Amino acid sequence: MAAVTLLSTENLSKQFGGLTAVDGVSFTFLEGEIRALIGPNGAGKTTFVNLLSGRIPPTTGRVVFAGEDVTRLPAHTRVNRGIAYTFQITSTFAGMSALENVKLSAQRRLSTGFFGPNPDLLERVALSALDRVGLADRQDEIAGNLSYGHQRLLEVAMGLGLDPKLLILDEPTQGLSDEEIAVFVKLVREIARNASVLLIEHNMDVVMGLADTITVLDRGRILAEGTPEEIRRNDAVRRAYLGN
Amino acid sequence: MRSRWVNKATALHLGVIAVLFALQFVLPDYHHVNLARVMVLASFAMGYNIAFGYTGLLSLGHAMFFAAGLYAAGLMALFAGVGAGGGLLLGVIAGLVVAAAVGCLALRTTGVSFMIVTLMFAQAAFLATFYFGEYTRGDEGFVIPSNLRSLFGLSLVEPTTRYFVALTLFSLCMAVSFAIARSSMGRVLAAIRENEERTRMLGYNVFLYKLVALVISGAISGAVGAAYGMLFGYVGATFASIQYSILPLLWVLMGGAATVLGPFVGTLLMFYLVDISSGFTSANMLIVGLALIGLILFFPKGILGTLRERAAPWLP
Repeated sequence: MAAVTLLSTENLSKQFGGLTAVDGVSFTFLEGEIRALIGPNGAGKTTFVNLLSGRIPPTTGRVVFAGEDVTRLPAHTRVNRGIAYTFQITSTFAGMSALENVKLSAQRRLSTGFFGPNPDLLERVALSALDRVGLADRQDEIAGNLSYGHQRLLEVAMGLGLDPKLLILDEPTQGLSDEEIAVFVKLVREIARNASVLLIEHNMDVVMGLADTITVLDRGRILAEGTPEEIRRNDAVRRAYLGN
Repeated sequence: MRSRWVNKATALHLGVIAVLFALQFVLPDYHHVNLARVMVLASFAMGYNIAFGYTGLLSLGHAMFFAAGLYAAGLMALFAGVGAGGGLLLGVIAGLVVAAAVGCLALRTTGVSFMIVTLMFAQAAFLATFYFGEYTRGDEGFVIPSNLRSLFGLSLVEPTTRYFVALTLFSLCMAVSFAIARSSMGRVLAAIRENEERTRMLGYNVFLYKLVALVISGAISGAVGAAYGMLFGYVGATFASIQYSILPLLWVLMGGAATVLGPFVGTLLMFYLVDISSGFTSANMLIVGLALIGLILFFPKGILGTLRERAAPWLP
């Protein structure tokens, strides 16, 4: 693995009124890695990734992505630079077909000029993203009618349609069955061959099985960082998070 | 399969234009004038539909865009002797500029706030027509001199020319709606209507898309306002009142929001509902009200919207 920094934060903080949700986090993320972000409820995980994706502005600190300061860039520009975010609460376009959903994610990137992308190319790219998550045979189904597990997969397909450098998955396996989780783990491994993955996850089997590195957040600060083995043995983490 | 749908839809819309073209030869005078008026008002509704139907922007300010075009053409005719051609062009520009300016401010809000902010701007514009009563003659309004109401040497006072210009305007607005509905931009607008935050996180500049939709909608409304003045010859403050913001909303809802032909169906139905019922009773609005309740019960998404849902998914 090439040790090139893809994303880093310097002293990143976010305050909501009197509450400091993210407190001076300096974080480095290497290209090509699968990173898991874990921590107890309210540790600031979702707020932290929202700062990375630009959905909310930080109170202080900087975010650097692919060598450029993106702190002041709006969310949609960051998406275009390669930071894709999939929502914790499933958020597809419920009234459109699965294929339309993925087309929307790929269309902007494939557009050349005023008239949008070549329809055949767009269809091919969208179908291949659906195929990668195993939903190709459901392309014409209305997204709102898909099962919960399939909607989560559609979310991921929309992330893939963006062809991101960094894919942020916010609790992707929440509410999925064991079989669906197994499919998901395989899928994330496959995705990680072309993109870096930052994963917020509560399921420890998934975290330990997938992540190259784990970052533990607690009360808005980084409590520990290391390989799954190191995190498993870390006493502070055990106390704060794993129980014991 | 998808391309066959496009052809079917194209054929339907061209067919509607062809029928409207043919009707002018068979309609009695009274309905001839009515239909010309309905086509112009339906064009306004189609403009409104681009903002409300396709993008989900519930504006209560479209009377302002309509009046911007109406007054731009009317005042320039009255005081500078500008004819119909120049008037129409001025109408487009006026609608476009006002929509861009109002949009930049109003689009900072969403939902109910957007509704109220656009209403507020429109009421200010309405009152401005009284404030400048020296020129606009307020409520009373003014008549555009008939010698200026001509296009390419053809007098718009002449019913046949008027019908033809109305049909041309209608066809152009329909072509614009159709093109937007089928385009990749139309897909993004629909996405914004369904889930704005998700669309933003797919990398789209949501504000810019909404502004472009509102500006196109405003430019069409302005063009129609100018055409209305030039075709029917009268300019007055009523056209800037809230009534003319609510009417296109009503027409679009009746015919089917986010359908290309819905605004026309809604305008036609509403026009003749009022026209026919007023022949029987002075309490005709009661009949109109009951008809509207019936429509909501049986066609909750408007006539064409419900039809699309149940029987004709290919309708754009």
